[in-house]
Amino acid sequence: MSGAGPRENVFATRMALTNTKLRLKGAETGHSLLAKKRDALTTRFRAILRKVDEAKRKMGRVMQLASFSMAEVTYTTGDISYIVQEQAKLATFRVKAKQENVSGVLLPGFDVDRVPGSDFNLTGLGRGGQQVLRAKEVYAKALETLVELASLQTAFTILDEVIRATNRRVNAIEHIIIPRLDNTIKYIMSELDEMDREEFFRLKKVQGKKKRDAGNAERLAIADEELLKQLDEQQEPTTDLLSTKDEDVIF
Amino acid sequence: MEGLFFNVNSGFLEGIVRGYKSGTLTQSHYASLTQCETLEDFKTQLSATDYGNFLANEPSPLSTATIADKATQILVDQFNFLRSNSVEPLSKFLDYITYGYMIDNVVLLITGTLHERDTHELLERCHPLGIFDTMPALCVATNVEELYQSVLVETPLAPYFRNCLSAADLDDMNIEIIRNTVYKAYLEDFYNYVSTIGSTTAEVMHSILAFEADRRTINITINSFDTELTKEQRAKLFPAIGRLFPAGNNVLAKADDIDQVRQVCENIGEYRSFFDNSASAQSNGDLGDFGVAAQLEERFFRMEVHLNKQAFLQQFQYGVFYSYVKLKEQEIRNITWIAECIAQDARDRIHDFIPIF
Repeated sequence: MSGAGPRENVFATRMALTNTKLRLKGAETGHSLLAKKRDALTTRFRAILRKVDEAKRKMGRVMQLASFSMAEVTYTTGDISYIVQEQAKLATFRVKAKQENVSGVLLPGFDVDRVPGSDFNLTGLGRGGQQVLRAKEVYAKALETLVELASLQTAFTILDEVIRATNRRVNAIEHIIIPRLDNTIKYIMSELDEMDREEFFRLKKVQGKKKRDAGNAERLAIADEELLKQLDEQQEPTTDLLSTKDEDVIF
Repeated sequence: MEGLFFNVNSGFLEGIVRGYKSGTLTQSHYASLTQCETLEDFKTQLSATDYGNFLANEPSPLSTATIADKATQILVDQFNFLRSNSVEPLSKFLDYITYGYMIDNVVLLITGTLHERDTHELLERCHPLGIFDTMPALCVATNVEELYQSVLVETPLAPYFRNCLSAADLDDMNIEIIRNTVYKAYLEDFYNYVSTIGSTTAEVMHSILAFEADRRTINITINSFDTELTKEQRAKLFPAIGRLFPAGNNVLAKADDIDQVRQVCENIGEYRSFFDNSASAQSNGDLGDFGVAAQLEERFFRMEVHLNKQAFLQQFQYGVFYSYVKLKEQEIRNITWIAECIAQDARDRIHDFIPIF
């Protein structure tokens, strides 16, 4: 097993083993965290998808209403586009951007900010002013829908990308990094075991050698002794005249 | 007496106009037009009427604006034919008809000049009936002062502008107020003019113009609720003619809501029905004042059509010319409306036009 599968290029030491084990643990924590994030994002994504669908349908209806109200205006007053364009000096319909944090992803959102009052509220004073006002209201509503749709759509794209990136990471951790770390650990373990066995064998060998040496030495010693004995037996034993005391001669 | 000599100068043209009038679309035409599925069908149906193949040279995705433009062009051609064949006093009368459109055009040019736009491209947007020979000359003006001078010199509208506005007014007044001030002067002048050209004409035209004046008065009142238009300013915009004048106008000048307008209209038998929304209250109940005002506009149109139709009942008078133009305008609006409904697939509203005959 240790040889199969990719592994990291490390020296098989206990230190590396500890490090790798730590990294494996980190990878597993990361994996579970990322998986959680992915799930959260996906939930959000689904919700947004549903909202986008709704908003798009709504937009269809609202835009139809809006262009129809424009037709009503044309019916009563004729072409007012130029007057309205020239009279408008200040934007009464503004869009404010805000940010929302969904599990670490910043989603831009757009808010409608309508300033009451308008520059062309006298358009169609003599005829069709009510229709103009109504068209304005309907179009403002249509714009609101568009703004809503815009923020949803942006969130949708961004979330889509983020989810994909997260998925990639989760899969990478699950299928590449964790197995590799596993392999590395196994490799290091097996190497270490191997080294242990070698060491043991070496020790055994040394011990055997030592034993043999010890045996040899013993045998030599015995042989020496025997030789000495033989020699002793052969020659008269020397006596130290000084140390030995002659027997008292008794007369 | 006028009946004796009317035909000497205007009999031919009256005949022409009555001929044109019989060419207006009838109920059965409208019935078949509303059945159309696409604008192409619509075009085919229209070619069976007096409009002929007026859309024949149009490129295929037909827009409602093109239809309106082309239909207006037919009206303009007919009008120009009448205009060039007429003699005094009919020619003067026809000129008066164009003044109304002219005011719109001049106001458009004023808007352009005020905002320092190239006014030449505005010429295309002008209503073709209100185009006069010297109109391009107005485009030369680069500031309001010059424009004011050239309006005085070049246009027949000079008296209206001179009496109501100064050059400085053009600068700082709302363009809609200018338009309505001038239009008020025009209506009053027209009213006085028709009094001078024979009693029958006066009779017919007075009822039409009085209604037009009242309609403007009511509209201005309703549209100026909750705006920066003060009541004094509002009172100045009311034409000093019409059946609501003077008592009704005074009340309207002080009115604050639509109920007061309704009360004023109660005093005039013909106008009473404008606010009679018992039948439609349920359908438009949630719209509130919006609904009332929107319906009001439609009832005004109906009334206008009704009065203009009545003009054809009298012979030997000029009212028919005015009425024909107005009826034709309404017809163009109807056609555009139906086309719009077809284009936008709003079948439920397709019958909201005002049939003429």
